[in-house]
Amino acid sequence: MILVFIEHKDCVLNKTSLEAITAAQSIGKDLGLKVTAVIPCDKDCDLVQEIAGYGLEKVIVVKNEKLGTYTPDAYADAWEQVIKATNPQYVVMSHTYQVRDFAPKVAARLGREVVGDCIRYKAEGGKLVLTRRIFLGKLDADVTLGGEAPYFVTFQSGAFRGDNAEKGSAAVETMDVSVGDVRMTPEAPFQEAKASVDLTKSEIIVAIGRGIKSQENIAIAEKLAEVLGADVAASRPICDSEWLPIDRQIGSSGQTVAPKLYIALGISGAIQHIVGMKNAGTIVAINKDAEAPIFDIADYGIVGDLFEAVPVLTEEIKKAKG
Amino acid sequence: MKIIVLMKQVANKDAVLRIGPDEKWINETDVAQQTNESDGYALEEALRLKEAKGEGEVVVCSLGPQSAKTVIKDALARGADRAIHIVAEESNKLSPFQIAKTIADAIREENADLVFTGLQSDDASYGQTGVILAELLGIPHATIVIEVDRSSLGETLRVKRELESGWYQWFTYKLPTLLTIQSGISQIRYASLKGIMAAKKKEIKDVTPSIDAFAGAQTIQKVYMPLKTKQTQMLGNGDAKAGAVELVEKLKTEVRVI
Repeated sequence: MILVFIEHKDCVLNKTSLEAITAAQSIGKDLGLKVTAVIPCDKDCDLVQEIAGYGLEKVIVVKNEKLGTYTPDAYADAWEQVIKATNPQYVVMSHTYQVRDFAPKVAARLGREVVGDCIRYKAEGGKLVLTRRIFLGKLDADVTLGGEAPYFVTFQSGAFRGDNAEKGSAAVETMDVSVGDVRMTPEAPFQEAKASVDLTKSEIIVAIGRGIKSQENIAIAEKLAEVLGADVAASRPICDSEWLPIDRQIGSSGQTVAPKLYIALGISGAIQHIVGMKNAGTIVAINKDAEAPIFDIADYGIVGDLFEAVPVLTEEIKKAKG
Repeated sequence: MKIIVLMKQVANKDAVLRIGPDEKWINETDVAQQTNESDGYALEEALRLKEAKGEGEVVVCSLGPQSAKTVIKDALARGADRAIHIVAEESNKLSPFQIAKTIADAIREENADLVFTGLQSDDASYGQTGVILAELLGIPHATIVIEVDRSSLGETLRVKRELESGWYQWFTYKLPTLLTIQSGISQIRYASLKGIMAAKKKEIKDVTPSIDAFAGAQTIQKVYMPLKTKQTQMLGNGDAKAGAVELVEKLKTEVRVI
């Protein structure tokens, strides 16, 4: 049996959980295992019925009053009991920030570890071989599982499509669990002052990465953006250095965009950046490192010095536009 | 107050990586190394917290080969007080549980008030050493911490965690606790000349661990260049300016944005 985690905040589904359902269903077919969804919640929420509409054997609603607001201690206690009661072969989750926070703890408590942030799998001899991206996206690694079940696997956002999750009708069960001492006190989640720049609506984005080298050099990118009518964005290191404000950041901790055209200047293409822009219509990459992973997802690539390429690009576009 | 900061030596971000002969890792011999990015921020936050408190000790701990001394010495030059080096030559063959268990054994008796790590390493990127370590030490943890309310430090500490899509959440933790620190939490200081000189006198304790086999270890069977998902048109043939001219033509005729 496969357990799949359904993540939610105040009974609002985290959409990546549908991707986890698709992944679990696919693994289930390959290995001949049934899939059960697990929703930790302290209420009787509508989400349960929504999830019960997928092709699952069961939906287990895990109940305890301490599961209302997420804490790693409460979730770890709950998951430990669910796993011990159900004896799954696999536990499948999306590699979200919340999962990163509690899944390794649950696994460690059961003498296991997580094979995390996987991008695909294959079934070999009745067991999974997982592929993870390592070295900031520069290499892939095929990873085998050790020891006995349960095996904990998390998949990167976008590795499976949520709208491919098969529909069906699942029985709903509740499972009361006990939760011990919770050693952290959460306050209410909040959003920082609303992003003043909404890059999700941009048609064209000129994005800069560490290859820009200094804050002064950003002017080169701004000129290009100006002739294209584009917005300027950046990868995380640029915002960490405070060369551009954080509302310009693209990637897992910033905005997720899908413009018609995305021009990546001096961006190597770490996974954390790529998840935020890979759905752009056309991707152009200019980078001096021919092996930069950004070229794997680019439609057009220029291997070379951006300080040579970009001024020419700006001038030529100006000419072309008349 | 004692803060232990875990720091790892990893391949330089800009290094050209070559796959090793066994195809299970990179060939590390000719690769420039650096401190893992988020670990540098973890150290910075530990130093700032100590400064805010006005007392305390920052102990840097690294598991890795002898070459990781570079990372340790750099941390001491930036202001860490002493170091523990868990010397393990083939540390890239260890699974996250093995790494965490080995570190737990080495630091348990330090009884630190706080343990800081970076949120993940930029090489294997397991992203779970800190969480497993906290479980093994029997202390709570918070991952992806982007701000520490330094003035709140007492028997508890208030920290801000980064959630997804621009959301954040404050948590208050009883000490001792473990935090995994997000890059960008504060600006990293440079080592001063004085710091570099002072570092020479600081203690580095070498620990030779006995690393237990772990049945549940995940094993890398093969590393390889990522399969390309897109047909990329490479322009300019190495000439950046020529590439730019060709690109404008493509933007006109194929992408049609000009």
